[in-house]
Amino acid sequence: MESLNEEPKILTPWDRVQLARHPQRPRTTDYIYALCEDFVELHGDRRFGDDAAIVGGVASFNGQTTVLIGHQKGSDTRENVRRNFGMARPEGYRKALRLMQHAEKFSLPLLCFVDTPGAAPTKESEERGQANAIAECIQMMTNLRVPIIATVIGEGGSGGALAISVADRILMQENAIYSVASPEAVASILWRDSAKAPDAAQALKITAEDMLRLAIADAIIPEPAGGAHNDTAATISTLGEQLRQQLEDLQQRDIATLLSERYTKYRSIGRFEEVSMATLLAER
Amino acid sequence: MKEFFRRTRKSFTSTQSQESAQIPDDLWVKCSNCGELVYKKELNDNLKVCPKCSHHMRLSAREWLGLLDVGSFTETDANLLPTDPLGFVSSDDSYAEKLHKAQQRTGMPDAVIAGNGRIEQRPLCIAVCDFNFMGASMGSVYGEKMARAAERAAERNLPLLTINCSGGARQQEGVIALMQMAKVTMALTRLAEVGQPHIAVLVDPCYGGVTASYPSVADIIIAEPGASIGFSGRRVIEQIIRQKLPGGFQTAEFMLEHGMIDMVVSRSDLRALLAKLLRLYNPAAVIEGALVESLNGVEH
Repeated sequence: MESLNEEPKILTPWDRVQLARHPQRPRTTDYIYALCEDFVELHGDRRFGDDAAIVGGVASFNGQTTVLIGHQKGSDTRENVRRNFGMARPEGYRKALRLMQHAEKFSLPLLCFVDTPGAAPTKESEERGQANAIAECIQMMTNLRVPIIATVIGEGGSGGALAISVADRILMQENAIYSVASPEAVASILWRDSAKAPDAAQALKITAEDMLRLAIADAIIPEPAGGAHNDTAATISTLGEQLRQQLEDLQQRDIATLLSERYTKYRSIGRFEEVSMATLLAER
Repeated sequence: MKEFFRRTRKSFTSTQSQESAQIPDDLWVKCSNCGELVYKKELNDNLKVCPKCSHHMRLSAREWLGLLDVGSFTETDANLLPTDPLGFVSSDDSYAEKLHKAQQRTGMPDAVIAGNGRIEQRPLCIAVCDFNFMGASMGSVYGEKMARAAERAAERNLPLLTINCSGGARQQEGVIALMQMAKVTMALTRLAEVGQPHIAVLVDPCYGGVTASYPSVADIIIAEPGASIGFSGRRVIEQIIRQKLPGGFQTAEFMLEHGMIDMVVSRSDLRALLAKLLRLYNPAAVIEGALVESLNGVEH
């Protein structure tokens, strides 16, 4: 899969957005069923309901029991409606939260698959505390005492993506994107014109390469020429190999080291200038 | 109350750059809620709460510092300046220009003021957002100041008070802005380790990535009456569900009713409540130590 060299043209960020949203792209459950054995899906948040936009459960991966959580888009319109296009509601995030606690309780590594346009923006989601549900997931992952790997397998959209991707390793598939908000939303908010989404995609720096350059992602997982949907089996096995390697690497550390590295990883994200007080006073 | 009153008035009068666009002259302010003209001095004496309808008008970060004991505030990290990490430009404008304009208008380097102070002699760390600065959107400087405030509170074994308003993550800093949600939450684990509380006050308006991160997992969450608080913007939801949302949707009272916050507290009662909480959560030994420390003037 030496795809980068074989691409017929340089893909623009907007091209990547289309590939990341491609309807035939492999979904979370495609990876889980192909890479794991004995997957048992677990349902419900024990509070309100079960959200099909997030799937999760336990399975055997690389010979060890592992907890898996991922956004799930549908493969056709009907399934997409049922899964709300991968846009999770509070009960989805609270199911994820429960599974994170489950992973910690049984000392099982956690693998997350990110593929969402964003958290569901609905009246009911607000009533049931979408903000709180996302915030609790983030908080839980900041010091969850097991190794966590998050892979963006399609769209990494906003807080709804972050809620299940605070991790020791963040992997980006070659054509996956990760963005503070969808390019359409940013174009419409900043320039009052959602048709400028391709410009926003360019300006926002959302590609896998951007994530690596900005030190958000730890690795880029190659895709077959033309995108993941062109050769699903190869895409899945490439990611599987990376997940095995990364997990084995993480599992060589004790928990204290792991948490301390996770702290440092996130604590150091941000770009600012720190001037001396003398300079500051002189400017004023 | 009288105390908070008198103390804050001082800071109110010293900030002249208020958003007084619709005011006929400098002496009168039109309440954006009830439309009544209110004498500015009377309004300021009332902590910018409309005496006619109790509408809580927005305060600048500097004005919020009036919550602290007079003269107790020392600013920290004032030397952190924003940059343009993505080189964010469009045909119409650029992030660098927007930053420059906001800095000129507000006299602040970015949207957060952080530091140390006291409430009724009890020391605490504080960080306050200012909506006048690019809608208090959370970028690198915002995140770094909040994170440092949390770490500083942990190091000094003090409670952390955050006063939060925001339009959400700062889009011009892209995914770096999004990651500030995780960064601040990460830093707050340090505070949890030392057993000191994070008290979050949500003020109008608070949305997006800020609501969906550190304030929503604070130990105590307080909101101001009538403040708009939510995750997705009202208009976004209305577009998606293709119907009008009811009047009280995404208000502080709505959040209380749905169990998302601890209480809705009037501005005039806030200082007394915070003093009570600081008393309740800080064991006597810590308070005495801190008091002695502050009396000796070695607090910093």
